[in-house]
Amino acid sequence: MERSREDGPEPPPLPPEEPAAEQRGRAAAMEDCLLKKIEISVSEAEKRTGRNAVNMQETYTAYLIETRAVESQTEGQCSPVDSLWRRYSEFELLRNYLLVTFPHIVVPPLPEKRAEFVWHKLSADNMDPDFVERRRIGLENFLLRVASHPILCQDKIFYSFLTQADSRLKALSATFRVKNPDKRFTELKHYSDELQSVISHLLRVRARVADRLYGVYKVHGNYGRVFSEWSAIEKEMGDGLQSAGHHMDVYSSSIDDILEEEEHYADQLKEYLFYAEALRAVCRKHELMQYDLEMAAQDLTSKKQQCEELATGTVRTFSLKGMTSKLFGQETPEQREAKIKVLEEQIHEGEEQLKSKNLEGRDFVKTAWADIERFKEQKNRDLKEALISYAVMQISMCKKGIQVWTNAKECFSKM
Amino acid sequence: MSGPAAAPGSGTPKALPSSGPRSLRDMPHPLAPAASEEAAAALSPSPDLPLPRSIADKDLSLPNGTPVDTSSPASSSSLLNRLQLDDDLDGETRDLFVTVDDPKKHVCTMETYITYRVTTKTTRAEFDLPEYSVRRRYQDFDWLRNKLEESQPTHLIPPLPEKFVMKGVVDRFSEEFVETRRKALDKFLKRIADHPVLSFNEHFNVFLTAKDLNAYKKQGMALLSKMGESVKYVTGGYKLRSRPLEFAAMGEYLDVFALKLGTIDRIAQRIIKEQLEYLVELREYGPVYSTWGGLEVELGEPLEGVSACIGNCCTALEELSEDMTEDFLPVLREYILYSESMKNVLKKRDQVQAEYEAKLEAVALKKEDRPKVPTDVEKCQDRVECFNADLKADMERWQNSKRQDFRQLLMGMADKNIQYYEKLISCSTGDEDHAFEIGLLYMIETWSEGIVVCN
Repeated sequence: MERSREDGPEPPPLPPEEPAAEQRGRAAAMEDCLLKKIEISVSEAEKRTGRNAVNMQETYTAYLIETRAVESQTEGQCSPVDSLWRRYSEFELLRNYLLVTFPHIVVPPLPEKRAEFVWHKLSADNMDPDFVERRRIGLENFLLRVASHPILCQDKIFYSFLTQADSRLKALSATFRVKNPDKRFTELKHYSDELQSVISHLLRVRARVADRLYGVYKVHGNYGRVFSEWSAIEKEMGDGLQSAGHHMDVYSSSIDDILEEEEHYADQLKEYLFYAEALRAVCRKHELMQYDLEMAAQDLTSKKQQCEELATGTVRTFSLKGMTSKLFGQETPEQREAKIKVLEEQIHEGEEQLKSKNLEGRDFVKTAWADIERFKEQKNRDLKEALISYAVMQISMCKKGIQVWTNAKECFSKM
Repeated sequence: MSGPAAAPGSGTPKALPSSGPRSLRDMPHPLAPAASEEAAAALSPSPDLPLPRSIADKDLSLPNGTPVDTSSPASSSSLLNRLQLDDDLDGETRDLFVTVDDPKKHVCTMETYITYRVTTKTTRAEFDLPEYSVRRRYQDFDWLRNKLEESQPTHLIPPLPEKFVMKGVVDRFSEEFVETRRKALDKFLKRIADHPVLSFNEHFNVFLTAKDLNAYKKQGMALLSKMGESVKYVTGGYKLRSRPLEFAAMGEYLDVFALKLGTIDRIAQRIIKEQLEYLVELREYGPVYSTWGGLEVELGEPLEGVSACIGNCCTALEELSEDMTEDFLPVLREYILYSESMKNVLKKRDQVQAEYEAKLEAVALKKEDRPKVPTDVEKCQDRVECFNADLKADMERWQNSKRQDFRQLLMGMADKNIQYYEKLISCSTGDEDHAFEIGLLYMIETWSEGIVVCN
C-alpha cells in the first residue's frame, strides 16, 4: 500500500477484506496483521561503543531484532531467522514517525528512556543489566503491539525497520523534524520532561524516607514494653520507668498520623507530575500543527514548481516522472494541458488550505500560550502552598517529638 | 601505705590530718569555680557529658564538683535536675580524686598500644604526695581489677570496659573507641576511689602512684594473697540451708536486670541502625529539591530552602546516632558486666556460707554436747558474717549509684532527642545566616492566611 507524500497525511484505506459489521471487521483485521505472517522478537542486548553525532565516544546498548516467517503447521520446516541490531534511539525515531504518520491512532508507548523507576539503587544507570533486560522485554512488547495493530502493522517503514538494516528511517527522520517550531513550546516541552523526571524521583525517594522514618519511630515502641517489665523489679525507679515507657508508646504511635498528613503533600506533588504530561501534550499538538503546516507549504511549493515545469517545458529538478517521460516519450499537448489544469486547481486549494492552517496555527499558539501563562501562575501558587504546608508539618512533627521526650525526661527524673 | 580496711559495715572514712606539704584548706573546694582546666578535670567524678573548656560565669557545678556543659539550654536544665537529685555525697567529704584522660598512642616494635594519664589528688595520709600523675594502659587496669577481686573478695568490684575487640570489626585506635574506653576507665577508677573500703586497697594505691608498675606486678606474682587462696571462683550453685533473703532477692533481681538491659541494648542498637538507614535516604532526598529548584524561577528559593533544611536534618541525625553509640550503649554494657561480676561475688558468698555450714554439721555429728565451738568453725562464722556485712553494704551502695547512673543515662537520652528536634526546628524557621530559610519563613508569614497552621 504505497501512500504518496503529496497526498498529505491521511489514514490509509482499510484492507479490502474487511466486512461491514464492526466486530467481525476488527477480528478480520486482526487476522490480517503482520504477526500472522512473521514472528518477531528482541532476543539479545549488547553493549557497544561508538562515536556519536558530535564525534564523542559513547557507550550504548544495541538490541537484536529477529524475524522469521511463520510456517504453517504442515510444513514442519523452520525458515531462516533474519536479524539486525538497533539501538533505543532508533526505536524512538520509528515511534515518532508513526505518531506523525498516524495522528489519529493511539500509538503504543516505548519502555522508559532512562532508568527512572529503580527503587533500590541510588542512581539511575542505563547500563545496569536488570534495566537492560527489562528494556529488551519492553522493546519487544512495543514491536509486537505495533505488529498486531491492524493499521500500523501495514506500514512499510515499520516493516523495513524490522527487516532491513538501512531502513531509510534516518533519512526520513530528518524530514520529521519541525523546522520552525515556536521556541517557547520547545523550551516548555523540555521543561515538562524535566519536571516529570524530578517530581517522580522526588516522590519515590520521599516514599523511602517515610518508610525508614516509620521504622525508627516504631522500634521505640519496644522501649515501652521493656521499661514496664523492668519497672516490675525496681522499687524507687519503678514508677518513673513505667510512665516513661508509656510516653515511648505515644511516641511510637505518633508516626501514623504524621505520615498520613504527609500523603496529602505527596498527592499535591503527584498532581503536578500528571500536569506535566498535560503540558507536554499541548506542546506536541503545536508540533504536529506546525509540522502539518510545513508539509502543506512544502507540498504547495513543489506543486507550483511542477506546474511551472509543465508550462515552460523545462525540467529544473530531477523527478522520476520527468525521467520516464524523457525516456519513454513525451505527453501530448492535451495531456499536458489537463495536467496543468488539475495542478492549478490543487494549487488554489492548497493556498486556501495553507492560509487557514496558518491562521489556525497562530490562533492555537496565542490561546495555548495564554493558558500556559495562567497555568504557570497556578503552579507557582499551588506548589508554594504545598511546600509551606510541608514545612509546617515538619515543624509540628518536631514539636510533638520535643513534647514526648520532655515528658519522658520528666519521668526519668523521678526515678 | 595502708592495708585494706576490713571493718564489717563500712563507715565513712575520715581524712586524717595530713602531714604532707598541703593541707585540706589548700585544696580547691569542690564548690568553688575551678582555677584551671586540670583542677576542673580532677573534680569531676563521673563525666558522662563532655568536659567544658571554660567554666561559665555562674557556678553551675554540682556539689560534688561535676562541671557543667553549658553549650545548650536543654543540658543546663538537665543539670539543674541532677543538682537536686545528687545525694551521693551527703555528709561525706571527699579526699581522693582520680581522673583518666589524655590518651596517647605508643608505637613499638612488638606492638602498638594506648596509654592514659591517671591523675590523683588527695589529702590522705596513705599517700606520700598530694598529687600524682602516671600513665597506664588497659592491661594495667585489668591487672588492678584482678588484684582487687583477689584481695577484696567480699566486695563488689566495678567492671572494666570489654577487654577483647575483634580487630577486623572495630578500630582500636579510632578516636571514638578510645574516648569511649577512656570514659569507662575513668568511671572505673572513680567508683573505686568513692568506695570506703576499696579506695584504701594497697594495689589501688600502687596503681595510682607507682612510676614503674611492671616491677610491682612482677613482685606480686611471687606472693600469694591469703584471702585469695581460700576463696575460689565457682560456677555452680551451693546447697545452703537457708540463703539470707537479701542475697536470694539480689540474685533473682540481677538475673532479670541483666536480661532487661540486654533487651534495651538490642533496642537501642536497632534504633541506631534504623536511623542510619533513614539518613541514607535523606541524603538522596535533599538534593532532588535542589535539582528541582534549578528548573524553576519563582519556586527556586523555597525549594532550595527545603533542600537546605533536609541537609540540616542529616547533620543533626548523624550527631544523635553518634551520641547514642558513644554515650548510651557503653553504659548499658558496663552495667551488664557489673551484674555478671556481682553474681559471681554472690556465688562466692554462698560458697563461704556452705563451707561454714558443712563444718558446723561435721562438728554437730561428732560431739554429743557442745562445750565450745572449735576455733576454725568460729573463723568460718566470722568469715560468713564479714562477707555478708560487706556485701550488703556494697549492694546498697550499688543500688544507689545504679539509680543515679540510670537516671542520668535515660535523661541524657531524652535530652539528646530533644536537642535533635530543636535543631530541626531552628532550621525550618530560619536564622540570619541562611537566606533560603528566611525565604521560607517569609513565605510562611505572607501566605499563612489561607493555610491552617497546626500547633
